Amino acid sequence: MPLDGLYGRIIMDHYRHPRNRALVAAPDIHARELNPFCGDLAEVQMKLDAAGRVAHVGVQAEGCSIIQASASMMGEALAGKTPAELEALAARFRDWLQGRSPEGAADVPEGLQALQVVRQHPVRLKCVLLPWVALEEGVLAFLRRRAGEH
Amino acid sequence: MTAVNPKARRAGAAVSGLDVAKIRQDFPILGQTVHGKPLVYLDNAATSQKPQAVIDTLVRYYTTENANIHRGVHALSQMATEEYEGVRTKVRQLLNAAEDREIIFVRGTTEAINLVAQAYGRQNIGPEDEIVISAMEHHSNIVPWQMLCQERGARLRVAPCNDAGELLLDDYQRLLGPRTKLVSMVHVSNALGTINPAKQIVELAHRWGAPVLLDGAQAAPHMSIDVQALGCDFYAFSGHKLYGPTGIGILYGRAALLEAMPPYQGGGDMIRSVTYEKTLYNTLPYKFEAGTPHIAGVIGLGAAIDYVNAIGLDRIAAYEEELRQYGTKCLSTISGLRLVGTAKEKAGILSFVMEQAHPHDIGTILDAEGIAIRTGHHCAQPLMERLGVAATARASLSFYNTREEIDALVKGIDRVIEVFS
Repeated sequence: MPLDGLYGRIIMDHYRHPRNRALVAAPDIHARELNPFCGDLAEVQMKLDAAGRVAHVGVQAEGCSIIQASASMMGEALAGKTPAELEALAARFRDWLQGRSPEGAADVPEGLQALQVVRQHPVRLKCVLLPWVALEEGVLAFLRRRAGEH
Repeated sequence: MTAVNPKARRAGAAVSGLDVAKIRQDFPILGQTVHGKPLVYLDNAATSQKPQAVIDTLVRYYTTENANIHRGVHALSQMATEEYEGVRTKVRQLLNAAEDREIIFVRGTTEAINLVAQAYGRQNIGPEDEIVISAMEHHSNIVPWQMLCQERGARLRVAPCNDAGELLLDDYQRLLGPRTKLVSMVHVSNALGTINPAKQIVELAHRWGAPVLLDGAQAAPHMSIDVQALGCDFYAFSGHKLYGPTGIGILYGRAALLEAMPPYQGGGDMIRSVTYEKTLYNTLPYKFEAGTPHIAGVIGLGAAIDYVNAIGLDRIAAYEEELRQYGTKCLSTISGLRLVGTAKEKAGILSFVMEQAHPHDIGTILDAEGIAIRTGHHCAQPLMERLGVAATARASLSFYNTREEIDALVKGIDRVIEVFS
């Protein structure tokens, strides 16, 4: 079947029951990213704990099923990470999704691996990546702000 | 490639006197399967498929005639020049323009509009002047004017449309005035299919002495165009939507306006004589055709025009209208589906959104069924915003489409509902 499981169980479950959708108040890291070509929107907020690790995550997405599922799946992979670890994860995920990852699936958390199927639908890769672009933007802005403070 | 879908072969014969089964055999690509399903090509507003006659013409040109035009004294160059100029006459006849020299070969509608913005606009539009467009323009009929307005200190004004996607003529009329220096409007909306009242648009603008450009990208392939009856000053369309090659398009301009305009680009062919002190420009239409043009594209477009003429644009329009009505009826019965763009005067474009699924998901699931549609904002973001949708799914029809293909679309949409229920 040519859809190759694009609308498979895990993706559809995240689409129908998105995790971490609640807005996080007074976030340390936050960003919003729009894809004007289709109106897709992804927004992410994170609150860090005293050790500088992600304690609370909020992710909201509007648009197609793939971006909503991707946002929800991303949100589940962020807890406990430092901003630098978030950056590294985003870079690894991007490489892995586009098949450029040296370590293959070992490079990304298992919870994200159902998204591999989107490789068969290259035009939809940007749907998957939009929440990650928001994450990267948010982390970058946070690191810049922090560097400015010191 | 596999054989022509037998269902499609039976189709169409009963409607409009058009032998669609026979016509489909002229388009080799339509016999293909995609993802193991017969191709149902409903993305004709993006680009149309090419009949064998056009493909053969390109092969013949490159095989036996390839030469540069307007330059050589040798046989091939003369042959290519004659064919190239012969197509100018065909286009003139297609649009019922008064003279061949009013037909300028360009890359496509976008370049045609940019040519007018740069050559006519920079000369004639100044600070505080106004350019009027409509709320349903393609980005290619917005951005060139914004660029011009920015450069010249002019103002872009937008005639609104109603929720059905119809131009509000009273509001349009109120926008016109002594400051109006140009009106540029879409003839048929690519996102909605609305057929604008072009003749009235032109008449109203002319009361204020403002010339009118009509963007005919979605009109020329689907209806007879008569630029003299419309009274428009410029008319633009693309060859690739009229069953011709990509990279070739037409700008029609009234000779008096074109004569007074400076060249758009400098180079070979557009000059009469060049010295370092002074260059004399060539006459129309060559003044606007700098450099070696897309000769093969022009000749291929000529074959496409012959093909369309052999069927007849009025018959094409009648058949496509029947198909649009059938499609509208079928889609209207689907629960959760809403047609976007419900103008009384409409061409064969069925834009829709669904409660159940985002247009991208609709597009991907239909693709898996072999059905090609367009999803997104259709290069008309301000229009999408006006209508309150981020994107739509769009099925756009051609005379080679059949009722059976509309039925396949409906079945595909049922599959979307199934996946998302």
